[in-house]
Parts: sequence; C-alpha cells; structure tokens
Amino acid sequence: MKARVLITGMGAITPLGVGSRALHERWAQGVCGIVDGAGSCSEFDPAEFLSTKDIRRMDRFSQLAVAAAGEALSQAGWNERLPYDPWRVGCVIATGIGGIETVENQHDVMRDRGSRSVSPLGIPQYMPNAGAAAVAMRYGLRGQMYGVVSACSGGAHALGVAARMIQCGDAEAVVAGGAEATLTPFGFACFNALQALSPTGVSRPFDARRDGFVMGEGAGVIVLEEASAAKARGATILGELAGYGSTSDAYHLTAPQPSGEPAAKAIELALADAGVTAGEVDYVNAHGTSTPLNDAAETAALKRALGPEQAKRIPVSSTKSAIGHLLGAAGAVEAVATVETLATRVIPPTLGYEIPDPELDLDYVPGEARPLLMSNGGAPVAVSNSFAFGGHNVSLVLRGPPA
Amino acid sequence: MPAVTTEQVEARVVEALASFGPDESLITRDATFEELDIDSLDLVELAQIVEDEYGVVLKGEDMKQLRTVGDAIDMIVERAG
Repeated sequence: MKARVLITGMGAITPLGVGSRALHERWAQGVCGIVDGAGSCSEFDPAEFLSTKDIRRMDRFSQLAVAAAGEALSQAGWNERLPYDPWRVGCVIATGIGGIETVENQHDVMRDRGSRSVSPLGIPQYMPNAGAAAVAMRYGLRGQMYGVVSACSGGAHALGVAARMIQCGDAEAVVAGGAEATLTPFGFACFNALQALSPTGVSRPFDARRDGFVMGEGAGVIVLEEASAAKARGATILGELAGYGSTSDAYHLTAPQPSGEPAAKAIELALADAGVTAGEVDYVNAHGTSTPLNDAAETAALKRALGPEQAKRIPVSSTKSAIGHLLGAAGAVEAVATVETLATRVIPPTLGYEIPDPELDLDYVPGEARPLLMSNGGAPVAVSNSFAFGGHNVSLVLRGPPA
Repeated sequence: MPAVTTEQVEARVVEALASFGPDESLITRDATFEELDIDSLDLVELAQIVEDEYGVVLKGEDMKQLRTVGDAIDMIVERAG
C-alpha cells in the first residue's frame, strides 16, 4: 500500500497579502488583490525575510519562494531544527518562467555597457531551479532538490512529484511548491502578444464576459510528511495530499484540448490514486483562468471525470478571480487555498462571476462565500486542477482535517 | 589622467563591498573576505567594478591571492599606477 502523505505546514505570498490565512480569509471576504490589471504582492517586503546579501543574489521569484517556505516550515514546527535527517528531506520548487526580471536587467546592461559588464549573478538568479536552491540552502534541506518547469501547472506538479518521492521512500518529508514573478515589461508584452491577457484587466472565470487571464505573482509552499513519521513526531495535521494525477494533451502549444478528455483523465487518475469517488468530493478548486478556452474545456473535463450530475452538485470556485494567474506558483498557492477551505469549511466565491455563460452550467459559487457541506461524515475532500501551455494537466485530491 | 590615490580606491572598494551585504563598519583594511562573508561571486563583481572605474583587469588567479580588503586595495592601486 502506498504511504500516506500529510500536510503539516503551508505558506503563501500572494496579491492578497503575506500568509496563507490572509489568502483564504480575504478571498472569502470578497477582497480582490488585482489592481490595474495585475496581481502584485504589494505587501511583500523582501527585507523582512532576507539579508541584503540574499536579496542581491535572488531574483524576486526566489525571494517569494523563501518567504513562503519560511511560513510553511514555521507552521510545521520546523523553525528550530529539522525533525528529520536533512538527507531525508527533499525540496521541489516550480516556476513557469524563472528569473525574468534578472534576464531583462542584465540584457539592458549588456546592450548599454557591453557583454563584459553582465553580472556574474545573472545566471544563478535567472535559472529556473534557483527557487528550489534558495529554499534548500536557507533551510538546510539536503535530500533530492530540483525545480519543476511545466508552465502554469508547475506548482501542482511539484506537489505531485514530492508526494511520489515520499511514497517511493526517497524522503520522509519534502518542502514543495511554486513561485513566480513575471510582472515585468517583457512578461506583459509576451503574454499580451499571445492575446492571453484580459484586455479589460478583470479576472472573472466562467463568466460569459471573461476575456483572458490577469497575470499575478507570488509563491505557495507546502510541507509534506510521510504519515507515520509525522504522527510519530506529534505534528499537527492540516490535511492530506491524497491523490495526484497528470496527463498531457499532446494537442496544441497553447490551446487546451476542447473536449476536456485529457484533463478529465488527470482528474480521474487523481481520484483513483486517492481512492475517492466523485460522490465523495465536496469542493473543486478550479484552474479557472478566465480565458474563454480554459474555462470551457475545464467545465467539460469536470463533467467527464465526475459525471454530469456530480459535477453540477459540487461547488467549483477559482482562486484566480481574487489574485489573478500566478503561473508556475498557481497550483501550489491554490492547493494552499484549497486546504484552508477544507480546514475552515468556508468556500470562497468566484469573484466577478455575474453573467452565466449558457455553455458553462456548473455551480461556480457566485456572490458570497458559503459553508462547505460535507458529503460524508469523515474528512472533507477537494479536487484542485492545474492546466498549462504545452498541454500539461495536473489534478490533486486534497483531504482536510476530520471533523 | 591623474593617478588614483589609495584613499580613493579604498573608499570605492568599501562602498562596493558594503553594497554586497556586510555592515560598512566591519569593512576595514585588515578584515578578511572570509570574515565579511565575501565569496568568489562577490569578488567577480568587485573585479567588474574595478575594471569599469580604473581600467584594471583582475583575473581569477589575481582574486584568489586576495585575503583581506587591504590586499585588494593595494593590488588595484599598484596596477592602476
């Protein structure tokens, strides 16, 4: 039997503030962290978390990762010392893009002052594995450590492979998540050129008026521990990463497969991995980007995977309505929001969802937050989806603390 | 071009090192790079600044010989002169 993977700590830096509680509480209150068409982490001050030397050596995405990891480790009770042999603690931090701000700055330096003036810190700041390296170095994690790169599903992939690392016996615990900081001129230009961003600057997933995603930045990090080890050390259990499923569209560079079949397959695999049926799912945290294509394909996928009746029963809301799309951090941040939802039994709404699209007929939790109703007497269960350019599909099944 | 003085180089080196992280009050001629937590990446940056300001090219082998802040200042002044 596969080892169970428990969640013992969570951290998030998002456009809704510093902290995983701030993320869920403010979203549930209907607060939107998007300002002028972007979700920036305006409350994040790197100097509160990092020395001058560390700040200079990290691109913003790594700074966000280290700060979110700090909250997660603190919540897990790891701040004094690691509860495990450091060689048995892994670290997987995803990013969609890496240190793009560093690339832009150093490219300016090269153009203006010549190639000899480019900083030796350029590559170590830019490299997409820099977030994982920064977290591992800061907290002394010496097991398997790497970055995951799968665009907007990276954060969810990181959590999935981290669970597998534990289940294969390669680690007793893994610090896993994602980080992204692409609110730069080049970042906006590229996504704008793709016509992926909302021209109105409004994130309203599943609404008939949805016209693209709103880019955000931030990081989410989760401490995962093998169940018996976590219980032996008396850890407080926040939840469980109960299932992981992942597939590929093998269809198109940016457009999702419109039938939703490959995404549905990922959801089915995650449910089977968790040993959960559609009837036991209490909540879906959607990928819900607010693009016309994603929200339609995701709705189709949910109906395929859960069956049309169960899909219509289960409340579906999108964190991106409150913080925008955090790309490689999204899956991890949304897993944090999902576990908070299961723990507090409060489902935050899909903000801005007012005019239903006749084609999209699920319960997208319009208006206000509502209590989470449990379909069984045990622990509540949720599905969290992440899909990505390239055709990546990841679904996680998360279980909250029992009543 | 007037020759650079030791004082000028010292002020510039201290300023550069302080921007890398260590407290400025700790950056004395006798302080070692190890004590200041100045590593090989910092020294490459320092070499770039020195080349920009004084046209002095410091190579990897040169930097390896440097142990203290004073060593760096003396080498720069010598080569610039």
